[in-house]
Amino acid sequence: MTTQYEAVVGLEVHAVMETQSKMFCDCPVVDSTHHEPNVAVCPVCAGMPGMLPVLNKAAVEFALRVALALHCEINSTSIFARKSYFYPDLPKGFQISQYEQPLAVNGWLRIPTESGELRVGIRRVHLEEDTGKLTHLGEDGDRRTLVDLNRSGVPLLEIVTEPDLHTVEAVRNCAYALRSIMRYLEVNSGNLEKGLLRIEPNISIRERGSQALSTRVEIKNLNSFRSLERALEFELARQAELVDAGGAVQQQTLGWDDVRGSTQAQRSKEVAEDYRYFPEPDLPPLVVDDKWVREIEADLPELPQEKRKRFVEMVGLSDYDAGLLVAERSVAEFFDAALGAIHKADAKMLANWITGPLFELLNKDGYSIESLPFGPEPFAELVDMVASGEINASSARSVLSEMAANGKKPKELVQARGLAQISSETDIGELAERVIQKNSQQVADYVAGKDEVLNWFFGQAMLASQGKANPTLLRQALRVQLDAARAQKEAS
Amino acid sequence: MALSKKDVDHIAHLARLHLSDAEKARFRKQLSDILAHVDALQSLDTTDVPAMSGAIFEGSRLREDIAGDAMPREDLLRNAPDRENNQFRVPPVLD
Ligand SMILES: [Zn+2]
Repeated sequence: MTTQYEAVVGLEVHAVMETQSKMFCDCPVVDSTHHEPNVAVCPVCAGMPGMLPVLNKAAVEFALRVALALHCEINSTSIFARKSYFYPDLPKGFQISQYEQPLAVNGWLRIPTESGELRVGIRRVHLEEDTGKLTHLGEDGDRRTLVDLNRSGVPLLEIVTEPDLHTVEAVRNCAYALRSIMRYLEVNSGNLEKGLLRIEPNISIRERGSQALSTRVEIKNLNSFRSLERALEFELARQAELVDAGGAVQQQTLGWDDVRGSTQAQRSKEVAEDYRYFPEPDLPPLVVDDKWVREIEADLPELPQEKRKRFVEMVGLSDYDAGLLVAERSVAEFFDAALGAIHKADAKMLANWITGPLFELLNKDGYSIESLPFGPEPFAELVDMVASGEINASSARSVLSEMAANGKKPKELVQARGLAQISSETDIGELAERVIQKNSQQVADYVAGKDEVLNWFFGQAMLASQGKANPTLLRQALRVQLDAARAQKEAS
Repeated sequence: MALSKKDVDHIAHLARLHLSDAEKARFRKQLSDILAHVDALQSLDTTDVPAMSGAIFEGSRLREDIAGDAMPREDLLRNAPDRENNQFRVPPVLD
């Protein structure tokens, strides 16, 4: 997109509240992408006549956690409404949602961007029920649609941001931040592919510097963060081209086609959307008392952006390292606990051992940090052993893999495998001497002025020590002895 | 407020009803009468009356989040006019 235009983007996010039971009935919430179809359905969520909804307390509590984490004003009385439309995934012919008086309004969150922290407004947060799942099959005359109602009535949270995002990076980071917050709050696992989290940007462009609101296009069908970025870039370029050519952007909903890499018109509507919202007569207003709200607020965990700030300001990490550590709550908590357990290493070194060797191990073996057979304390002990020179870094890496395999304590493993670093000056001196005596040709080369032979000696000596020599001391000892040989030659 | 024929067409479409011309004329009159009645109600001054969203006044009763049993699938699908792979089968709809 040319620099003449500025992107104006807001997000509409739908997140499944991962409760045990559905929003208005006690059917279990199951993984609708893999589960046997139509086995978690009852007369309420199948939309049979005469059934009455009863609201799930946990769905409300989960929604309140998110609303409070996003600094929203909570409406002590909110109202459910019927949103009417015909579609086979909606057995009642209407969806129970919130419209005029949602659960929460007017919040904000801070997100990191290249040009510093950005405050993004939250317009509203409300609860609604999810729809069933459709599968389209067949071709031509054989085309048909199958309906699975396992997902029907699963609690869904809708979060609508203000159109405060002006770059693709900001949109991505805002989506990441919302996902991360909900994972921290343990209300949603953040899986876009399975549709547990659906991110729908509304996109418009305007002349840079203008404050005007332009016609916006909404994009659906984004099932990865990569698709979100690609769709944004595509749509911004499409709108700029259209406006450059003298055309006008039409208000519409487009679906992202990941294979074609373009947006497509989704459903053609002969008439404008007309949902005829009205208050749901089967549900009383949702009243949340202040005491309950305060309890939930008091129980909120420290959130990712606050943690990041603390790691930078109080612990002294770089913003980059802090960002890596806070992306997952379990990792951040592992770091915090290990930080409390180290005696010799510093915070920076600990952070490096987590984002380096530990992440490498997790990626390689597909572990999550929670599933490791060791906790933060043994890990801190290992990093301390490196900091104090008891073992060297490469031994520590192999001890770490063993800890992951059998959960044994680092001290035990170091002892059992004889990995303790050779740090006594006498031992190191003898090691250097042995290697020097065995290689008179290379000594002659060094004496003749080839300084780089020192590295060769270092490699040989390290090999002879099976990697256990303290590298700093070893290099020092070799240099001292070789320089002595050189001095002797010059003197004679 | 009288409804136009186009309004009636729109409302019928939203409810997926196919109406004959005679029905459209009859319902146009009936719906217009209902709206006229609402217009009469709207002439009341309700400045100091809070809006009401329903007939149930006590606060919400919340259910504990405990999963129970679903209904037997066979019972559920007995209502399906057509089925395939243990799902409801309906005429094709676009995504
Ligand atoms: Zn149910």
